[in-house]
Amino acid sequence: MTFFDYFVEYAPLFIEASWVTLRLTAVALVIAMVLGGVIAWMVMSRFGPLRWLGTAYIGLIRGTPLIAQIFVLYFGISEIVKMPAFWAGALALAAHNSAYIAEIFRSGFQAVPKGLVEASRSLGMGRRKTLRRVQAPLALRTTLPVLGNQYIIAVKDSSLVSFIGMTELFQTSRNLQAQNYEPLQMYLMVSIYYLAIVLVLTFVVNRLEHSLSKHRRPVDTPSGGSDRGSLVESGKSEGAE
Amino acid sequence: MTGTPQGQPLVSMRNIVKTFGDNVVLDGVDLDVYPGEVVVLIGPSGAGKSTLLRCINGLERISSGTIEVDGQQLSYQESAINRIRSRIGMVFQSFNLFPHMTVAQNIMMAQRDVLGRSANEARQRAEDLLGRVGLGEKADAYPDSLSGGQQQRVAIARALAMDPAVMLFDEPTSALDPELVGEVLHVMRELADAGMTMVVVTHEMRFARRAADRVVLMADKQIVEEGTPEQVLDNPTSERGQAFLRQLSEE
Ligand SMILES: Nc1ncnc2c1ncn2[C@@H]1O[C@H](COP(=O)(O)OP(=O)(O)OP(=O)(O)O)[C@@H](O)[C@H]1O
Ligand SMILES: [Mg+2]
Repeated sequence: MTFFDYFVEYAPLFIEASWVTLRLTAVALVIAMVLGGVIAWMVMSRFGPLRWLGTAYIGLIRGTPLIAQIFVLYFGISEIVKMPAFWAGALALAAHNSAYIAEIFRSGFQAVPKGLVEASRSLGMGRRKTLRRVQAPLALRTTLPVLGNQYIIAVKDSSLVSFIGMTELFQTSRNLQAQNYEPLQMYLMVSIYYLAIVLVLTFVVNRLEHSLSKHRRPVDTPSGGSDRGSLVESGKSEGAE
Repeated sequence: MTGTPQGQPLVSMRNIVKTFGDNVVLDGVDLDVYPGEVVVLIGPSGAGKSTLLRCINGLERISSGTIEVDGQQLSYQESAINRIRSRIGMVFQSFNLFPHMTVAQNIMMAQRDVLGRSANEARQRAEDLLGRVGLGEKADAYPDSLSGGQQQRVAIARALAMDPAVMLFDEPTSALDPELVGEVLHVMRELADAGMTMVVVTHEMRFARRAADRVVLMADKQIVEEGTPEQVLDNPTSERGQAFLRQLSEE
């Protein structure tokens, strides 16, 4: 059989498995974003112990291989409760990505100019309001490309979950090559699927980035008199109270 | 405002000491600002002018002394400091407009989030103020598309939208190209004429002469001279004051 024949024959299998990979990665990333936010908050905290804990977590995760994390979590958890491979894998991927995402969030926040925070605080905006209205949106803008990159890495890294028996995309190619003894073709084929997913993801992230950085372009003017040209130069101004 | 100040001071600073680590930056400063008064702060670089200004709205915490603003003792407790800050407008050397918001959104944000004004009300106020600073047509532009002088006028409008009791300016024209300085000073002069209470750190001596009720000269962590523009700028009595003004005229 040629590559093309295999491709057609296995397409339903691979497409099915692609969905598993996408679901796995999506669940993991949602958890990782929340967890990463918490870790970033800990690392930036003024409270020493929180800061150390967060820093230690990031150090631990970054200092050990993902495959070890997956195995440790899978076997560690199954000592206590029986957990489906999907969730064990998702949790391991989440824990892993949360450390990197925490670092991305932290650098995003630290890139927000201090003067903007001071300007907001000077207007009487509290710490939390300033976070929500000024720091978070600006951090998101600088963070988005790096975050997108991390998502792409996460999709590819999810292939390691195959080692705890998850039949996701990569495991599918492993199973098939064990049947048909065509490892080269099967691994090439699965690579095409990963590549396709990554390309779509890249496109989506680029679009998002574009729509978030529309400086210089007017957007939603809140309801009410949007008469743009109130050119009335009221020479004398009313006084202070 | 001319003549003797009346009533309670709007800002009252007593024996302010401010240190950064071991570095003493303000060493026993007293300053009162009365309603309607325009106080211009001058002095050599590093004298502590910015620090003094930033102490008034709590951007810097004083090490000792007392500050009263609008009859309230300044406290750094979150809700108390937010309330006081909403009464104090601050204009920075580097404008500090929020780049992800339009001009109107910049001016509306704190009106809505701090004062609880409706979107319509906040928008109306933003447009009025933009008209007043000569930028009526820029409401929906983003800060990046404006010149420095325009950005600084928006920043002034943003501060005014809170109906502050006092406005603080920290070298508002120092980051501007020379040809853009005038438009900002013009707005500030109008504000002064309209009776706004202002504390202005600036190197623009013409502004000091024309708009100031009182000029305060700081040098070396302290206030060394204060009085009318003529007194301080033409007949300084202190040695530090004379040195600073001599240096200024040489430039
Ligand atoms: N955040 C800070 N940490 C440490 N030292 C500081 C800080 N801010 C100011 N200083 C120091 O305090 C002193 C006074 O600074 P300040 O900015 O108030 O002076 P200034 O009169 O505004 O000078 P300039 O005309 O250059 O703006 C300087 O020696 C400065 O190095
Ligand atoms: Mg300064």
